[in-house]
Amino acid sequence: MKFLSILLAFAGLAAASASAAEVVVYSARNEQLIKPLFDAYTKETGVKVTFITDKEGALLQRLKAEGQNTPADMLITVDAGNLWEAAREGLLKPVKSKMLAANVPAHLRDPGDRWFGLSVRARTIFYNTQKVKPADLSTYEDLGSAKWKGRLCLRTSKKVYNQSLVAMMIAEHGEAKTEQVVKSWVANLATDPFPDDTKMLEAVAAGQCDVGIANTYYFGRLMEKKPGLPLAVFWPNQKGSGVHVNVSGAGLTKYAKHEKDALALLEWLSSPKAQNLFADVNLEYPVNPAVKSDPTVAAWGTFKQNVVNVSKAGELQAAAVRLMDRAGYK
Amino acid sequence: MKEKPVSAGDDALPSSFIPHPSSLLFDGWRLAAVAIALLIVVPLTVVLSSLLSPEREEWGHLLEYVLPGLLANTFRLALGVGLGVTLLGVSLAWLTAACDFPGRRFFSWALLLPLAVPAYVTAFVYVALLDFTGPVQTWLREVAGGPVAVPPIRSAGGVIGVMSLALYPYVYLLARNAFLTQGCRALEAAQSLGYGRVAGFFKVALPMARPWIMGGLMLALMETLADFGTVAVFNYDTFTTAIYKTWFGLFSLQGASQLASVLILLVFALIAAEQLSRRRLRYTQAGRHSRADRIVLSGTAGWLSAAYAALVLAVGFVLPVWQLGVWTAQVAAQDFDARYLDFLWHSLLLGGLAAAITAAAALVLAYARRQRRDAFTQIATRVATLGYAVPGPVLAVGIVIPLAWFDRQLAFLAKDWLGMETGLLLQGTLLAMLPAYLTRFLAVGYNPVDSAMQRITRSVDEAARTFGVSGLAMLRRVHLPMLRGGLLSAAALVFVDVMKEMPITLMTRPFGWDTLAVRIFEMTSEGEWERAALPAVALVLAGLLPIALLVRQSERA
Repeated sequence: MKFLSILLAFAGLAAASASAAEVVVYSARNEQLIKPLFDAYTKETGVKVTFITDKEGALLQRLKAEGQNTPADMLITVDAGNLWEAAREGLLKPVKSKMLAANVPAHLRDPGDRWFGLSVRARTIFYNTQKVKPADLSTYEDLGSAKWKGRLCLRTSKKVYNQSLVAMMIAEHGEAKTEQVVKSWVANLATDPFPDDTKMLEAVAAGQCDVGIANTYYFGRLMEKKPGLPLAVFWPNQKGSGVHVNVSGAGLTKYAKHEKDALALLEWLSSPKAQNLFADVNLEYPVNPAVKSDPTVAAWGTFKQNVVNVSKAGELQAAAVRLMDRAGYK
Repeated sequence: MKEKPVSAGDDALPSSFIPHPSSLLFDGWRLAAVAIALLIVVPLTVVLSSLLSPEREEWGHLLEYVLPGLLANTFRLALGVGLGVTLLGVSLAWLTAACDFPGRRFFSWALLLPLAVPAYVTAFVYVALLDFTGPVQTWLREVAGGPVAVPPIRSAGGVIGVMSLALYPYVYLLARNAFLTQGCRALEAAQSLGYGRVAGFFKVALPMARPWIMGGLMLALMETLADFGTVAVFNYDTFTTAIYKTWFGLFSLQGASQLASVLILLVFALIAAEQLSRRRLRYTQAGRHSRADRIVLSGTAGWLSAAYAALVLAVGFVLPVWQLGVWTAQVAAQDFDARYLDFLWHSLLLGGLAAAITAAAALVLAYARRQRRDAFTQIATRVATLGYAVPGPVLAVGIVIPLAWFDRQLAFLAKDWLGMETGLLLQGTLLAMLPAYLTRFLAVGYNPVDSAMQRITRSVDEAARTFGVSGLAMLRRVHLPMLRGGLLSAAALVFVDVMKEMPITLMTRPFGWDTLAVRIFEMTSEGEWERAALPAVALVLAGLLPIALLVRQSERA
């Protein structure tokens, strides 16, 4: 049996046991977050879903190199910027679907219908409840004001979530003002930027700093593990443009071999029965407004979100990266 | 095959640059070396070809705001890690190979163990333990009742320390091979020249071990320069950071490949400089070593040696693995399932096959380089080892592009001639994965084999030839038995490195064919480091297998 599986792996036939109905997915969303969904889909429809995970950059290059020979029907990423880039490279195919148009709010999908957000990731402010009163907080931009000197923690600018955040600020304020804001953040840092959101949140909780910016699901995960931490959510920019959101989303590949089946899967992923499975497993927000979030997530309260189309995050990402380099944000 | 008498060392200036075409065609060794080099040249060319159309906009930005700081950082890191691995590796190798002290037999193999832990995992453990929010500083603050000034772990010192602990086994393993086969004889010779023990070590034993030490050091430096995972944990920006930023942030793979090309050229220059600097030296094997020769360290010296070895082992292996074990205990109930048998099996299979292929290729290259002294063969063998200097993801793209091209051509042919839809034939199969690993890890296999090859004196070859033994027979009957240690080291290093490898595995693995390293990626991609402890512990356990094999074989030799 083992021997057979090696032979198959050598010959490349492991995946090629082509059943009639099958969808092949390249996913930057990791296995434990997508496999439960695909299993449920196969159980419901009998359509087999084969997938392979990798980083976004690698998947895009792979799609590009494989060209029309690619086995992939669908690409899933964990941010809008990379979907925008995949579309720009001509790797995705526009689809017309009333169901997707109804289920996914307009600002969370490609204006050209080449990709669709499937869950919402809110990047917001967190504070140490023993050291900060929520009334002191207002906006992302205000974290650069003098009162936060030496009290701010940030994650590295190399993470795409921060690149998207700054890109959306450029969309709103223009480069010059955004650069001032980012510079003022850097001046307020309590310590070097952190490699990930969890570490950053732990530093806020431990009092190394008082406030920081992170995605909500990292907070949710951390509080599940250590419920006693003095940490709380704050929703900024509620009088202005709203909380910065990003999406984990998907699109069909340009050379999809199982286009119909892949579209059916994509539509199903946006439907009420799949939305909770998609979002709740990682404490994210469903993209479909008709679907309620997980009770843990709902307990953080409601907020106004930024409704500028998330494709701006991709369009302005390179500008954001350069800006953060100029501002000395590592 | 006539060979001119050798007066200088192995790296004497070649007599002619381009071999005669007929000799190239009919010369199996040269042909084999060139074929292997070509396999590696293809992905390198994909990366280097980016230099043809420079991205002026990206370069302008990078040169102004990014590169100056990064180059200083990179230089500091390479210097620090270079010093660290040399000091740790050489001192421990000398102690376990040429001396005797309490626990020496145990330490001589146990000191290889840090090799089994991926460097970025060790890095994460130490940042978790020693950062402001970690248990150590938290405890200190509780005891002191307020803020405590502790040197930060997320600093140049921290990253240099962790990488030195993770990478010293390369130097240790190779230097130990050298000292085992010559160390005490060298010291005896030195003493007969009137040197004391210390002077003898520095004037005779150490210079004689230079090819091995440099071989191990080059591996450690290449890995340091191409590393991204470890420095990312510290948010310590190096030259690779600029490569990743350009690719993933600025969406310019072209610019990223240009930066990677600079790195490749730099490493090539480093290798060439190192080769040139020792081209007048010649190394020979000083007969077999016997245990009676060891310097016995008794009393305080012995116990201090044992304490030193124990400390390195504790910090480099025991402590990080213990912490991984604690995390694993927390998540095993939720994450461990039967699939782990498959992950483990796939990791072992890939590591084992790649180790065998790479050791064989390294042997061919080293032998060709010994037998054919023209510059063409010399350069081919050097180029063949450059894959290790390229950051993994960039090399992975360089591999997938020609693979996909090949598959496309096959698909066209199949459709035109046979009317068949073939899809991908090579991409996503082991047939593509194994050569891909070879391009990445040939340096790891080559350095130990070549060092061992250089130890065999020319007179051995000449003697064999006078008995009518040459070519393949000479390799098999004369050289192979003497290369045993080098080949085993090569295979074991590649075995462990392939199991830890991530970007090439991710990009070329067959569907549903996950390994332990892929599992670590799944967990860490959304920052769930504690959950990554389970596959990491499994990876460490799997890594014990090749290390144990290596130890058993080398003890027997």
